[in-house]
Amino acid sequence: MTNSIEELAGADTIFVIGSNTTAAHPLVADRLYRAKKNGATIIVADPRKIQLALTADLYVSQALGSDAALINGIAHIIIKEGWQNQQFIDDNTEGYEQFKALVEGYTPERTTELTGVSKEDLYFIAEKYAKAPAGSIVYCMGITQHTSGVDNVKSLANLAMLTGQIGRESTGVNPLRGQNNVQGACDMGGLPDVYPGYQKVDVPEIQAKFAKAWGAELSPKAGLKIPDMLTGLNDGSVKALFVVGENPMMSDPDQHHVEQALKKAELLVVQDIFDHQTAQLAHVVLPGASYAEKDGTFSNTERRVQRLHKAVEPVGNSKADWEITQEISNRFGYPMNYASPAEIMEEIATVTPQYGGISFARLEGEGLLWPCPNQDHPGTKFLHAGGKFARGKGLFHAIEWRAPAEVVDEEYPLWLTTGRAHVHYHTGTMTRNSPSLHALMPEGFAEINPVEAERLGVGEGEMLQLTTRRGTIQAKAMITERVRPGMVFVPFHFMEACANVLTNPASDPVCKIPEFKVCAVKLDKAA
Amino acid sequence: MDYKSTLSVCPYCGCGCSFYLETIDGKLVGTKPSATSPVNNGKLCVKGWKVHEFVQSPRRLTNPLLRKNGELVEVSWDEALDYVAAGLKQIKADHGPDSIAFLASAKITNEDNYVLQKFARAGVGTNNVDHCARL
Ligand code: SF4
Repeated sequence: MTNSIEELAGADTIFVIGSNTTAAHPLVADRLYRAKKNGATIIVADPRKIQLALTADLYVSQALGSDAALINGIAHIIIKEGWQNQQFIDDNTEGYEQFKALVEGYTPERTTELTGVSKEDLYFIAEKYAKAPAGSIVYCMGITQHTSGVDNVKSLANLAMLTGQIGRESTGVNPLRGQNNVQGACDMGGLPDVYPGYQKVDVPEIQAKFAKAWGAELSPKAGLKIPDMLTGLNDGSVKALFVVGENPMMSDPDQHHVEQALKKAELLVVQDIFDHQTAQLAHVVLPGASYAEKDGTFSNTERRVQRLHKAVEPVGNSKADWEITQEISNRFGYPMNYASPAEIMEEIATVTPQYGGISFARLEGEGLLWPCPNQDHPGTKFLHAGGKFARGKGLFHAIEWRAPAEVVDEEYPLWLTTGRAHVHYHTGTMTRNSPSLHALMPEGFAEINPVEAERLGVGEGEMLQLTTRRGTIQAKAMITERVRPGMVFVPFHFMEACANVLTNPASDPVCKIPEFKVCAVKLDKAA
Repeated sequence: MDYKSTLSVCPYCGCGCSFYLETIDGKLVGTKPSATSPVNNGKLCVKGWKVHEFVQSPRRLTNPLLRKNGELVEVSWDEALDYVAAGLKQIKADHGPDSIAFLASAKITNEDNYVLQKFARAGVGTNNVDHCARL
């Protein structure tokens, strides 16, 4: 997030797009309700009529995969009406003219045709967001899990720069991270093209700095992203896969394809706290310690680095992940001898500018928001203060809307979308092992509109069969107006009704996020 | 009876609520939201209130497992770690460092992730490190 969570409560307009905030980020939703109570205008754009839609001042249901068109259409109106922040654009940005020329083509008529959102609603969003003293955008996987995910994110940044709604209190573009330490995993270099702190592996000076710090020769070549690792396993160029704390069999699209790839590994190592489908395929399974059994830090969605403290001993013979890796590294011939996570953080601070002033001692209490470059720095509540961007000027990206990779046709006539339910988390390894949470929602389901239910002759709780080009699952029907006619929603937490048997692995060309949020499906009453 | 309460951070969503884990004689018995946390101000969602429950579940993995004759069987740490290190070394020798890939994780700590990617990059010599942020 460019801004901190608490700041949302002080915004005047909040535009929530592709985030089922009450289900996926309840304590962020708490700020949205508080903002509303303080008089803010809440606008929700989501193909599904999520809970937040019920309290929103305006709810629009854009067609699946039409987000970039919707955002361009809003920008079109802002510019036509002269509501843009010209001062901010002139002082702090580049590329405005090309952007302006492109959104010229997104007239309200055309935008309505592409998105299904009415002209009045488009005007309402444009005006309330552009004219707000402090306008904030909140988004989540509904924006990113598309073949056009990167474009969608850039489109939202365009909107914030166009209106100058960035670099001030309670403004900004605020992605909500799906998992608790996605931010931290990225910050720490859990990505193929960057070392910790987003420092590029293919820049010679940076590579030299890390080679020196780590006392090793380093590869100058960016590594493989997950889909390419799977392809590599399939074609034999990748022989070993070491998986920590993930269950790609369930979290990745097109399960059958993933299974085929994993089975080709000469060495598959899985390190996790529970057994799961990926561990079942492994040659070696290593028991990790859970969050409650170790010291360390997580970085939340607002960039706040927080300390967790060991509350209990690890169960059985399980061990903290860093200890396991260290022992393997020592046996492998690259010596490591960290005595504690505090010591690891000391090293992180020396090589990661954003974490330069972070130490365990300073984190006690509320933690620190990075960037925190030195010992005296108090941390950073919001980014881009005064319109200053990392690259100097903010760059507008002129982005055309692109259709989803798979669209409905005669054989697969309905739109399928996937997401989270409030009780469960991700692939369910933790929440489904929690007796209370399991009791609240013991099984998967598929949401369909009453119109569809009537057409198929299925009642509430009866079994449906869902088929896509990838596979078939069965799930209980949940009949609800939350989804439009012609649309089906399946949560992805349940292995026995696994949404990712169905989803399309087609992914964004830049960041390789799979298109979980939209594909074509056929619906039948189960025999 | 030894009662302790220990400050921790939620392992579920990216909000990062903090809370005290309550233990009696080393058993986790409850979760109390931190009233002073600027993230959650004394609140938690349904998942957070029950966040202690899975930790000491009987279904946790408690020993290293190694596949022998097609079956995963319990082995000592030494045997498992030697097997992994030797396997990675052999594969690197035969096929080069880029034939090995690592999945870091959005569920483990910063320190865990840092050490893992350091092993991949400086130990094995590959930048094949990714995680499921996109998912
Ligand atoms: S308690 Fe709920 S809202 Fe808070 S971090 Fe955990 S899952 Fe997210």
